[in-house]
Amino acid sequence: MQKLLLLGDEAIAQGAMDAGISGIYAYPGTPSTEITEYVQASKFAKENNIRSTWSTNEKTAMESALGMSYAGKRTMVCMKHVGLNVAADAFMNASITGVNGGLIVVSADDPSMHSSQNEQDSRFYAKFAMIPVLEPSNQQEAYEMAYFGFELSEKFKLPVMLRITTRLAHSRAGVQTMPLHKQNDNSLPTDLRQFVLLPAIARRNYKGLLNSQSGLEQESEKSKYNNYFEGKDKSLGIITTGIAYNYLMENFQDKQLNFPVLKICQYPIPRKQVMQIVKECKKILVIEEGYPIVEEMLKGYQEAGTPVIGRLDGTLPRDGELNPNIVAKALGFETKTDDRIPEIVKNRPPSMCTGCGHIDAYVALLQALSEYSEGRVFSDIGCYTLGALPPYNAINSCVDMGASITMAKGAADAGLIPSVAVIGDSTFTHSGITGLIDCVSDNSPVTIIISDNFTAGMTGGQDSKALGRIENICIGVGVHPDHIKVFKPTKKNMDEMIQVMKEELAYQGVSVIIPRRQCIQTMKNKVLVEKVKELGL
Amino acid sequence: MKTDIVLAGVGGQGILSIAATIGMAALHSNLHLKQSEVHGMSQRGGAVQSHMRVSDKEIASDLIPMGAADIILSVEPMESLRYLPFLSKDGWLVTNTTPFINITNYPSIEDVLAEIKKFKNHILIDADKIAEEFGSKRSSNIVMLGAASPFFNIPFESFEEGIRKIFGRKGDDIIQINLKALRAGKEFTEKNR
Ligand SMILES: Cc1ncc(C[n+]2csc(CCOP(=O)(O)OP(=O)(O)O)c2C)c(N)n1
Ligand code: SF4
Repeated sequence: MQKLLLLGDEAIAQGAMDAGISGIYAYPGTPSTEITEYVQASKFAKENNIRSTWSTNEKTAMESALGMSYAGKRTMVCMKHVGLNVAADAFMNASITGVNGGLIVVSADDPSMHSSQNEQDSRFYAKFAMIPVLEPSNQQEAYEMAYFGFELSEKFKLPVMLRITTRLAHSRAGVQTMPLHKQNDNSLPTDLRQFVLLPAIARRNYKGLLNSQSGLEQESEKSKYNNYFEGKDKSLGIITTGIAYNYLMENFQDKQLNFPVLKICQYPIPRKQVMQIVKECKKILVIEEGYPIVEEMLKGYQEAGTPVIGRLDGTLPRDGELNPNIVAKALGFETKTDDRIPEIVKNRPPSMCTGCGHIDAYVALLQALSEYSEGRVFSDIGCYTLGALPPYNAINSCVDMGASITMAKGAADAGLIPSVAVIGDSTFTHSGITGLIDCVSDNSPVTIIISDNFTAGMTGGQDSKALGRIENICIGVGVHPDHIKVFKPTKKNMDEMIQVMKEELAYQGVSVIIPRRQCIQTMKNKVLVEKVKELGL
Repeated sequence: MKTDIVLAGVGGQGILSIAATIGMAALHSNLHLKQSEVHGMSQRGGAVQSHMRVSDKEIASDLIPMGAADIILSVEPMESLRYLPFLSKDGWLVTNTTPFINITNYPSIEDVLAEIKKFKNHILIDADKIAEEFGSKRSSNIVMLGAASPFFNIPFESFEEGIRKIFGRKGDDIIQINLKALRAGKEFTEKNR
């Protein structure tokens, strides 16, 4: 046991390894990426055969984890919040199958959308699936919840969600570790039909899930992570969830806190403590990081008609991340009001790196498209999304991973011809292939640009499952080899690129153009450079 | 005693190496620490900040409240101004003077420096030049940390120890260069505050 200085993400990874996981499954996504990377870099993980390579997407990760759990081992699956949408089918049904070896699903939410398309709150998914949630308020709890979460999962034979938000994921603090738990032995489920969700079995399992709810609630009520702090002043009761507790306490560093406080970090909501604070206090302030989920439920719990304030009535902002000042305002404290930044300070948005191959691909595409009306480029999620910003203004959509190809298809179906999709290599294998099959089966007039840089650049250069496989995949799903064009996106090749793009834009069927050049941020990755050489790319 | 620091810069300028050294220094002095970083999207040439809190007492929030920071430590002059709302009345603004220009509407550097000088507690230091003088441009971030070190409630020896830990694997030469950088920054502030 030792004291380590860890990011919230790293604390979770360390907790899971100390709890004896046999594998971790994930697709990268800010702010969850560092959990898996920590395991990948760990000597301990290597020595103990903890598998940790990246999965193709969140759904394959979730399903692989479920398989490992079936075989009796402890496992963790990690994703960013929108990744849970991709994994949702497997996730929802995993609460019906239940688990064998302990299974923790980490979903990392991103309130204020620091690097995401939305700020959805994963706790809704857990409630939907009726499984317990652990939501740490600090790095030590993040470690412990990963460590103890497997016991909870194995006790109730259910997946457990560990929900964090960006701030905790990417904040570092000292963490005290716990004694190492050895990995589970292989063991099959006692009922070999537990995972067979035929209606008759699913109905039985679902009843079991419903029946376990009161046990889960009791577990929350006695959880050491849900705390009721008595207070003399009952004019207000304060409920916090997860990291919001810290922002409350920050406001009482030099003041006495006399209100009763209920700190919730484990769900389902501990009904007993909630009823107690509602009964005792004249008014309830709910402070939660994310959607007002507890606040809404509380309005339903109400007996005495105690007013509940929080994000829904404007006491706290309805959207965005909390901070100490926002919470101070909700408490009626005076806060620093002068938040003006001198006018001279200009915005500095993120941008593609100078020399990035995506840039050359966009320059060529814009040229090739100049003879058509604008508004026909459907893009996707990755560094190339930054082509939306000046000076390129090159794309017209960025919705969810893989949507470029299918949206281009839909638009072409509607008569917008040619329609163009721009997608990265990692995103292509994540969710682009199925859409490409749709295009091929309809022979849709779409031009698909797979900007191949051998990596998931946006999230920091993780391995791409597409490496060395893109042409074969395209041919395999039925794209005609004559309409698969590969070139190196450089200034020198500009004329050739424009010419090829023009031809393919004019073609009335599916064409795939692959501008191919390594992401310059990964040039130091010797293993990748070697592999690229070996594959002759 | 606490010290709240906002670290500022542009993605790719390596403010996290400063954060890591402060972290080690805090650990060496047996202090509590919370350090919130920005990863992901904003790394690509965008504005980046890190909130760093060091205290002998337990720390509640990972984020520094507005108007409460003791130090803004910026490796880029315009970026130092972006976080002014966080600085306390008596706080110190310590910034490198070398601009990082990756936007077309970057203001004139004279105007930026004039704006910084409006704030009474400021240290303007050409860390790149100082680092270059002893032959290691790459240690300019550590010069910056040295320049801010007198405003921390952490003994200077702990920073030196932090350097030894952080750069330990890179060999004694690198350690010595960075210790020099740290001291050069500190001396600059002592002469110019
Ligand atoms: C469902 C989902 N999972 C993960 C992410 C996080 N994410 C955004 S971009 C990206 C990598 C994209 O890689 P690639 O398509 O190769 O493009 P590049 O960034 O290399 O240009 C990832 C993993 C996301 N936004 N949505
Ligand atoms: S990280 Fe790589 S892919 Fe992303 S902008 Fe930079 S060079 Fe391009």
